[in-house]
Parts: sequence; C-alpha cells; structure tokens
Amino acid sequence: MQIVWDFLQHQILGMAWLDAAFGSLLSFLRVDTAGRFGASVQFFLYDTSKIFILLTLLIFVISYIQSYFPPERTKKILGRFRGLGANVASALLGTLTPFCSCSSIPLFIGFTNAGLPVGVTFSFLISSPLVDLGAFILLISVFGAKIAAAYVVVGLVLAVAGGTLIDRLGMERHVVRFSAPSDALNFEQPEMSRQERHTYAKEQTLGTVRRVWLYVIGGVAIGALIHNWIPVEWIQSVLGKHNPFSVLIATVVGIPMYADIFGTIPIAEALYAKGVGLGTILSFMMAVTALSLPSMIMLSKVVKARLLATFIGIVTLGILVIGYTFNMLGFLFM
Amino acid sequence: MKLQILGAGCAKCALLEQHAREAVTELGIDATIEKITDFGIIAQMGVIATPALAIDGVVKSTGRVLTADQIKVFISGGRFIPKHS
Repeated sequence: MQIVWDFLQHQILGMAWLDAAFGSLLSFLRVDTAGRFGASVQFFLYDTSKIFILLTLLIFVISYIQSYFPPERTKKILGRFRGLGANVASALLGTLTPFCSCSSIPLFIGFTNAGLPVGVTFSFLISSPLVDLGAFILLISVFGAKIAAAYVVVGLVLAVAGGTLIDRLGMERHVVRFSAPSDALNFEQPEMSRQERHTYAKEQTLGTVRRVWLYVIGGVAIGALIHNWIPVEWIQSVLGKHNPFSVLIATVVGIPMYADIFGTIPIAEALYAKGVGLGTILSFMMAVTALSLPSMIMLSKVVKARLLATFIGIVTLGILVIGYTFNMLGFLFM
Repeated sequence: MKLQILGAGCAKCALLEQHAREAVTELGIDATIEKITDFGIIAQMGVIATPALAIDGVVKSTGRVLTADQIKVFISGGRFIPKHS
C-alpha cells in the first residue's frame, strides 16, 4: 500500500520522471546539471511543466464539479444553516464555488441581502482563495499528503474561526447596505446540461491558465533563484528555524503580495528545500493568498473601515498562530 | 435591443463587453451596449457573480465570459447550446 502511494505521489503527481527526463536532455545538450546554472534551468523546466500539466488537468475536473455550485446556489444552501454550522458550510462551499476576487463585491452584497450573517460571508471570503481543490493536489505533489492535508484543515479552521469571531464582535452594523432586489427578478438561468458543463469546464480551464501563467512562471523563477543562487545562510538567518521572527517576517511580506496559490507553491517548495520551517512556509502561502492589497481595496467599498481592520487583524493573527504552532510541531510531518 | 454588461474593474468584464460588441457587429443588428458598474444597480438586478450579461433587462448569464458566438445565440432569442467539439 505504501509503495503504491509513494509511486502515486512521486511519479504520477510529483512527476519525478519529468525531472529525470529534463536532466537527461540537459546532459545530452552538455549542460552540467550539477552546476548552479544547469540546476536552475532543470528546476525551472521541470517545475513549470509539472505545474502546467497538473493545473490544466485539475482545473478542468474541478470546474466541472464547480459548475454544480454557482454562487447563486451556494447562497441558497447557506440560508438553511444556522450558527457555527453556517460558518462551516460557508468555508467548505468557499472551496467549491467558482469565484474570482473581482466578483467579491456583488457576492458580498448578495449574501448580505439574502440575510446571511456577515461572519458567514467572511468565512466564505477567507476560505475561497485560501483553500482550493487544485492547490490541495499540487501541495500533495510537492510536499506530500500530510502537509497538504494540514494546510487544508488549518485553512478551513481559520475561515470558520475568523468568520465566527467577526459575528461575535458584533460587526454586522459595519456593513455598507445596498437595497435588495425586487421580488420579481428577471432572471433566466436554467440548469446546465452535461454538454454545457463540459464547455464551461473547458472555458474555465483556458481562462484560468491565461490568468495565472505569468504568476506561475514568476513563482518558479523566484523558486529557481532561491534554490541555486541565494546563499542558504541568508535564507536561514531571515526565515530559518532559529530566527524567532521568521513567521512574522514571512506573514508581513506575504500580505500585500497578490499572487495566485499556484504561483506561490514553487516559492514555498524552494524555501522548504532550504530548511525553512514548515510553519513559516504555511504562513507565507496563506498570507499571500488570503490577504492582498487589491482585495482589501475592493472590500473597503462594502464594509466600513472598522470591519475591514478587524478582518485583516483576525486573519493576520490566525496566520501567525498557525505559523508558530506548525514550527513547533513540524517534526510530526517529517 | 439593449445589452447590459454588469461588473466593474476586472479584465473579465472588459472581455465580455468586447465579445458583446463583436456579436452585435457580426449580426448587424441595431443594439445598444451599456456597461453597468454601479454595485447598487448590480445588486438590485439580483446578480452576485460578475461579469454578467442582461438582454432587455433579463439577466442571461452570470460569472462567465461568454464568447461572441454564445452571445449571438442569446440575442437571437435562443438558449445557448454548445457545439459539440
């Protein structure tokens, strides 16, 4: 069983064969893959191909599943839950509902107008960019199943806890109100047929690849730089296990950055290989994906400053707690 | 006929608008294309996923960048059925 799983993780999801193939190709071209330059080129070729292959396949499958959970339907489903159950359902549906950050304002207004508590909406907004089915599979391929599962679980816990806390703090009154739609809505959205879902998944895959390819290449380029050019001692002194501020630095640097989770993983992969603690890496990935300057600017149009600050504060604090906890318990994942 | 593109500030909305223009030009019909960026109005139309397309006040599609061909089908009054590829 272990052998089967290892094969799945390293050869199928990890595509170690691809790494070996690029290695042979480069040696054939007389590039020394043991040298710094050759190793960077090999890492770059292997990682970009691997991510693009997984990305394309995964997004297709995921989009097909997502076509069953349009935001309109998610809104209806969430209306049936109360209390903590609503936050949990919201965090889970956040991972399944197709959602682009540019759509966060209408979604926010729609959820609020439907009478959903503001904390439930925030559980959705936290989990949606953070935890993603595609990212989960990619994380298995890079870090293994244990770390991938840990990432998903703490991401969901953060979304549920963050949303619940926002409700408890009585943030409801800091939401900017928009008038609700009239009852007689002119809305025509029939259930999709199988063929339509197929077309939809294809469109989504193409659209996503077009949207994220630059982030992926950028992320892999930075990863290659970390792998072979930046001295290990530097990385160790800033982000290493012996620097008590490593998690704080990773979080503060990651927050304003706007990148897709798929672009963040290669950077995390390279840092991990250089001995940066697991908690520090989780914090970095979460900070980059969960909070970003563009999304904050957008949210500021629908929530008042007080709520926005509370949201940023809670998520930042959560990411710090996750980082330090995992650095302490990191040995469990080795 | 009036085509409305709902959504603000994202590349996807601009793309949907461009496709709508192509569809109108290719069909050679007399139609106005209006961009709706006011979140109050978008909310009032019941749309929670952008970009969205409405034709003569009826929301036809949300959260999706339709192609010009798909928009043409909506304009001619049909429901979009994808070609088998």
